[in-house]
Amino acid sequence: MQLKTFVSQLLAAFALVTVVALGAPASAQQINPTANSVQEQQLLDALQGQGTVSGRVSIPDQRSADLIKPGNPGWANLHNGTVSTLSIVAILGTLGLLTLFFLIRGRIRVESGMSGRMIPRFNAIERFAHWMLAASFIVLAISGLNLVIGRAVIRPIIGEGAFGTLTAWGKLAHNYLAWPFMVALALVFLFWVVHNIPNRIDLQWIKQGGGILKKGAHPPAGKFNFGQKLIFWAVVLGGAALSFTGIMLLFPAETATPADWQLFQIIHGVVAALLSAVIIAHIYIGTVGMEGAFDAMGKGEVDINWAKEHHALWVEEVEARESRPRGRAATPAE
Amino acid sequence: MARMKFLCDADRCIECNACVTACKNEHEVPWGINRRRVVTINDGLPGERSVSMACMHCTDAPCASVCPVSCFYTTDDGVVLHSKDTCIGCGYCFYACPFGAPQYPRVGNFGTRGKMDKCTYCSGGPEADRSEAEYVKYGTNRLAEGKLPLCAEMCSTKALLAGDGDIIADIYRERVVTRGYGSGAWGWRTAYGDSVSV
Repeated sequence: MQLKTFVSQLLAAFALVTVVALGAPASAQQINPTANSVQEQQLLDALQGQGTVSGRVSIPDQRSADLIKPGNPGWANLHNGTVSTLSIVAILGTLGLLTLFFLIRGRIRVESGMSGRMIPRFNAIERFAHWMLAASFIVLAISGLNLVIGRAVIRPIIGEGAFGTLTAWGKLAHNYLAWPFMVALALVFLFWVVHNIPNRIDLQWIKQGGGILKKGAHPPAGKFNFGQKLIFWAVVLGGAALSFTGIMLLFPAETATPADWQLFQIIHGVVAALLSAVIIAHIYIGTVGMEGAFDAMGKGEVDINWAKEHHALWVEEVEARESRPRGRAATPAE
Repeated sequence: MARMKFLCDADRCIECNACVTACKNEHEVPWGINRRRVVTINDGLPGERSVSMACMHCTDAPCASVCPVSCFYTTDDGVVLHSKDTCIGCGYCFYACPFGAPQYPRVGNFGTRGKMDKCTYCSGGPEADRSEAEYVKYGTNRLAEGKLPLCAEMCSTKALLAGDGDIIADIYRERVVTRGYGSGAWGWRTAYGDSVSV
């Protein structure tokens, strides 16, 4: 009996649903799904080459809901074109200009000759910070440059397998040596920022073109001349930009959307190319370009004649400090 | 030589995800990697369409152009493949690809993505055809057996077409003319520079 009742109820319910469905407004049936179907071309036109055509996916990885990103090859072209060209031009251009400069001007000598008397310029901690910054930068710059031009320059020479291994090591070095670079950058900034604030004396240095082009011209300068101040700020600001974008690139899952990542990658490449050019010039003038300059960072002390020619005001400052009585400790107790 | 392409006729795709499953099973693709996926556009709205998408094996592939170790190569069939031995897992190809095709075994922070994996058009990698080494790294090589990619071969509605670009474009064109509508050969303009004109 119960089953019969249930079946009859079920039939009644079914009849009701059918009646309701047939009686539904005809307008609901007028939508033709095919005529209204979403068109790829409309979506692409709406994006105008940027942005993403995306939808819904049933797999857990929601990033795969992005169907087409027509702008992505644009980043590839920018990376292969502008950034790669800029890197090559910046490095070869700087090397070319320095060679030309060397041929014309030659090595900048200490005009009054070496006296043999040295005065301290950079203490051990300063030199440690400088060389940590320098060593990490050189590895970072070379391993970074390898990512841009290595496949065209090195791969044909050593072959695909060896180049893949080399570049994988380069990537590891780049990822891990970024941290000592950042520590050293912070130290160098703290140690030298007080000496690198531009002031009135720098105007004279600029007016005389740093005395670089003419023999016998030695504009006065403090611990750092204006050229060195420019290098300092290029390293600090460029290094900060590289550090920030580099961290963003290292943690793509946490820090950035793919579009942000692409922007950071381009900034990273452009700044690296420009800073490399600055550093090549810095290495030149600190070694072959100028007699006596390397001692400052090598031994930590420089010849007094070199110092007088290039950093006259700093020498005066140091000598005044040394001739002054040694503060309270030297005064009698009573 | 044929120029192999994929074409997803979204007006036929019923989002059954069998292509996704077939691909994962055929190549024993690990967890977290999806060489193929089905994306539903305008989900729940009238005229929604589902598109099965994988590597489109682009002409002048942006992944290949941006790879710092040049691990990509294009076969005589127009299939874009790569060498996992050379790949350094930098992720550049992912950012260059318009289709999200490159996949990595790990999340990717601190340069730990691992070797890139993507659709091989069921044609393996640089190792010897149908070798154990090729299977472990890239999955089966159906093309070497004279077969087309499994995802398209087993598509129940024949929405996903694989084969010579001209032939599948003709099939699609004929369908659009016969039924009177078509939402487009998804991805073709981006991958090959021009779409299928009807």
